[in-house]
Amino acid sequence: MLNRDEDILQAAENWQKAGHGVALATVVETWGSAPRPAGSSLVINDDGTFLGSVSGGCVEGAVVTEALDVIASGKPKMLEFGVADETAWNVGLSCGGTIRVFVEKVGQS
Amino acid sequence: MKLETLTQVNAERAARRPVIVVTDVANGDQRLVKAKDIATDPLGAELSKQLRMGKSGMVESGGKKLFLNVYAPTARLVIVGAVHISQALAPLARSLDYDVTVVDPRTAFASPERFPDVPLIAEWPDVALPPLNIDHYTAFVALTHDPKIDDPALLHAFERDCFYIGALGSRKTHAKRAERLKAQGASDADIASIHAPIGLSIGAVSPSEIAVAIMAEITAELRLPKEGVKQTAKVQAA
Repeated sequence: MLNRDEDILQAAENWQKAGHGVALATVVETWGSAPRPAGSSLVINDDGTFLGSVSGGCVEGAVVTEALDVIASGKPKMLEFGVADETAWNVGLSCGGTIRVFVEKVGQS
Repeated sequence: MKLETLTQVNAERAARRPVIVVTDVANGDQRLVKAKDIATDPLGAELSKQLRMGKSGMVESGGKKLFLNVYAPTARLVIVGAVHISQALAPLARSLDYDVTVVDPRTAFASPERFPDVPLIAEWPDVALPPLNIDHYTAFVALTHDPKIDDPALLHAFERDCFYIGALGSRKTHAKRAERLKAQGASDADIASIHAPIGLSIGAVSPSEIAVAIMAEITAELRLPKEGVKQTAKVQAA
């Protein structure tokens, strides 16, 4: 069963209120045959638990790692994944598309 | 995202009201726009277009790159009549991401064997419909062909601002229905809001094909700008 956006954002709120550091990663742009549309999101807490998806599995691991950095620094980050970025990233999208993912901390002032 | 923003997004979504979060991706600055404030927003035109399409995306405004994240409520389809067409319509609508509910007081029709995995309410419309809290993000179809069931169901739908109302029946049947509904207090605008005969004109014959015609018409109503829907209707009539 896919997590709906409602569940994902509710989890973000619940985790934050429970005292976790939480980051929200959202697909903001896609080119080519990207697996998930803009607006798809993934929420991560500081023990590495995550819910939702930004790519259907291809780049979630890398997003989670970056998200932990964002939780620590509090500064938002833009990530890009795709075939054109193989040198910058060791993960690519098997479908050949490119996605840009905005990662932000939840609860920043 | 500020906790306050996130809490508001979740509250709006729980209330099935659309909301858009506008993020400046250069610095993370964010603001939330509720559905009722879109018309007066500086980005009103872009916001209403994205909301109608149910699509999130980037826009440029005043030299800034902004991400518009659209949170539209899940569309619902309420089907009155657990009939043959409904057996095809329910799974088709679910594959299009609608939450589907089937209402029919006739338990022989509204049986789990005929509608596996679909929420069924075997009650009369006056009992079944009010708790569903039918709203603007609901498409409503009356398919029983039985005035005792379809008429009260349609009268309820008129009061709920559904984005689509359709009713099965020929032009002749619909003309009679319009008279009955008016006698029970429906306005001319209410009558005009019913799509009847139901579905886009694609020559549908089988129940499954009629289901396709209905979902095509509902999709057009949901996605096309209002004048676009009228144009489609004109082409059909010609």
